[in-house]
Amino acid sequence: MERALANYRICDFTGQLAGAGATRALAAFGAEVIRIEDPVNEGRWDILRGQPPYPDERRGINLGGSFNNHNTEKLGITLNLRTERGKELLRDLVRSSDAVTENFSAGVMKRLGFGYEQLRELKPDIVYVSNSGFGSSGPYRDFKTWGPLVQAISGLTWTSKLRDQPPAGWGYSYMDHTGAYYMAIGLLAALHHRNVTGEGQWVDMACTEAGATLTGPAILDYSANGRPTRRDGRPDSNHSEWPPMSPHAIYPAAGEDNWIAIACRNEQDWRALATVVADPWTDDPRFASLEARREHEAPLDELLAAWTGERDAFETAARLRAAGVPAAAVARPEDRIDHDPSTAAWGLWPEVTHTELGRVRVDGLPAHLSETDWQLKRGAPCLGEHNEYVFGELLGLDSSEVEQLHEDGVI
Amino acid sequence: MTQPPASASGLQSGPMAGLRVVELCDEAGELAGKLLGDMGAAVVKVEPPEGSRTRGYEPFLGDEPHPERSLYFWHYNTSKRSLALDLEGDEGREAFRRLVANADVLVEDQPPGRLAALGLDYADLREGNPRLIHAAITSFGRDDPRSLEPFTDLTILAGGGPVWSCGYDDHSLPPVRGGGGQGFQTGCHWALISILTALLHRGEGGEGGEGQFIDVSMHAASNVTTEAASYQWLVANNTVQRQTGRHAAPAPTGPTQLQAADGRWVNAGTPPRYPEQFETLIAWLGELDLLDELAEAPLLEVAAGLGRMLDVGRIGEDGAEAALLAAGRAAMTLLAARLPAYDFFAGAQERGFQVGIIYAPEDVIADPHFVARGFPTEVEHPELGRSFTYPGAPWRFGASPWAISRRPPRLGEHTEELLAELGLA
Repeated sequence: MERALANYRICDFTGQLAGAGATRALAAFGAEVIRIEDPVNEGRWDILRGQPPYPDERRGINLGGSFNNHNTEKLGITLNLRTERGKELLRDLVRSSDAVTENFSAGVMKRLGFGYEQLRELKPDIVYVSNSGFGSSGPYRDFKTWGPLVQAISGLTWTSKLRDQPPAGWGYSYMDHTGAYYMAIGLLAALHHRNVTGEGQWVDMACTEAGATLTGPAILDYSANGRPTRRDGRPDSNHSEWPPMSPHAIYPAAGEDNWIAIACRNEQDWRALATVVADPWTDDPRFASLEARREHEAPLDELLAAWTGERDAFETAARLRAAGVPAAAVARPEDRIDHDPSTAAWGLWPEVTHTELGRVRVDGLPAHLSETDWQLKRGAPCLGEHNEYVFGELLGLDSSEVEQLHEDGVI
Repeated sequence: MTQPPASASGLQSGPMAGLRVVELCDEAGELAGKLLGDMGAAVVKVEPPEGSRTRGYEPFLGDEPHPERSLYFWHYNTSKRSLALDLEGDEGREAFRRLVANADVLVEDQPPGRLAALGLDYADLREGNPRLIHAAITSFGRDDPRSLEPFTDLTILAGGGPVWSCGYDDHSLPPVRGGGGQGFQTGCHWALISILTALLHRGEGGEGGEGQFIDVSMHAASNVTTEAASYQWLVANNTVQRQTGRHAAPAPTGPTQLQAADGRWVNAGTPPRYPEQFETLIAWLGELDLLDELAEAPLLEVAAGLGRMLDVGRIGEDGAEAALLAAGRAAMTLLAARLPAYDFFAGAQERGFQVGIIYAPEDVIADPHFVARGFPTEVEHPELGRSFTYPGAPWRFGASPWAISRRPPRLGEHTEELLAELGLA
């Protein structure tokens, strides 16, 4: 199948997930993403390089499982930017690239001599996308973050909790994923703008700002109605405030740490649920309307939990859905990866071939394009794996020159 | 069809200026239209004559239920025009066909089969417009029978993976759905990535190629937005377990969420590891007269004089290494307990420690950094005689600024002008 972005080259300094996740999407659609790593510390600026999980007993800088997941389909080179020759080669690479991407702390690229002004001198229509915690301006521009801190600062941790409990937050770096999605969107939009107008630009992304756009109605409820989320036991995110639904929560199911999510959107759903439950308590006048059920949420949840608690999560969810009620078992990773016909039919867990790891499954993409679909076949690059191709074929050095770069500690 | 941005008009200035988008969405997909509209695309929201479902969603301005007062609708529908059409009727369908024939992108979240039944699916629409990019956002993908089943944001996140990783150390409490409609929003983020990819492939003007159909699955989108939960299983068959306020992991890790002196919460980040960090900690504790209260203070001195960073990998095997790391953690815990949350956050960050404050959404728009960068965005609602503060830009486009070009539209506000544009008035 044709690759949508085959004509685009990205000079890529991103790492971890917040940055690497962005260029991963472009690589899956065929962009030539060239990952640049520091040979002196073996690319360890990306703290995931060489880190667990591992598929077997072997350990090493090229064998990290999460790094492989986030960097599939990319090329990898090493380049020592402390050397003048290294900088010169980077200048050549920038001149032949459509975009430069990075998620260093704000200001690092400028200090390296590759801030937007310098990049633009090398290539006037370059698209430069930086993704940092707080952006390149403002009082916190030098503050440092990672996923859980971004979530904390942008309001996403606070809005993920049960009534009268401390924040539960997101049990992973949701904003590394989502920051990467915004970074990819900003990059693609800026490339579109360049195609239409001929004009490049700097897209300065602050991950905390991207995160703060994701609680919009709560911000408006405060700015327009003066109603804060810090009030009477709220937030309570397993229940549904907007739109109001009841019952709406996660209930225990039979067995150890098994759970089922149930949401009644309206009276029809509630009546359907009552028919499946088939117990006299569902006729209790305390539960006769949405307003009444919301008012008596605690006893309602308790009665429903007693019913679900004796039942299998997956079977019960399927029964409820068949009756028209939104319901889902809380899926463990193994449930949704190895036992879910929907993800299997989608091809959501493709196997890539990594030069040293061999064949490993990775996250696929959740959108299929009818004419230019994504493709993930090549594993993440080993350190400097594509030096010969990039310095040789792309930048035109012969093999002895590449060898010399290696000896001189430039690559 | 894409025109160069009409910067002279001053109305739409973003990177997508000139792009024509038709949106047929309720809560699952309307963020996609907003993202494109705020980036400058000309977005037409097609609503049924009674209005989009989300016009009926709380919260309402002044708690007065009214189709023009839903703050939920407001947030997701900036920078759009509203066209009220009855797609069940011939006239409505004809108007929709004409609208899409002149569009670059159609984004919709209709149940599978609905558009086909109306004669308005991709196969029908592309005949009138081979350059059309049609993105369909559904729960499980267009071809999966489960897309016909009922769903909500809660069930997408529970069945798709995120919920398993979120909650508390105490597993007698249920796992937690992260708030804010993230199951729907994640689907929209992927819709944007794939629409823009298809657009770059299609190209512009006379030389451009054809459009295509994009099938977005919210279930799949949640599945690949779970970080370690997926790759721990894919790579090593490990199952992560949820923990309060920090990463779910195959084996338990130390707490990071602390309650500050004012009752608010902070995230203490990763414990200090470098000698100079321990020196800084000692100085900060000294400034606050807290050194005497910390039993581990002598260990901070040891770590400061160690001449190397602590090796987290050795915690298991080396008791001394673990004790020094624990001392750093104890120092941060004491500081958090004695300082208001903001002072802990700002004080620690100014000293180079990577920590966070757990803000409520209302705190974010009042924070000095967000204010200094102009994140809170005023949007005029002339008929209400005032402006309202909306969340602002996810990106700072240096040459083509992001902007909310219009307040959310009133139901059918632009029907007449749009029908006239289509030659149907």
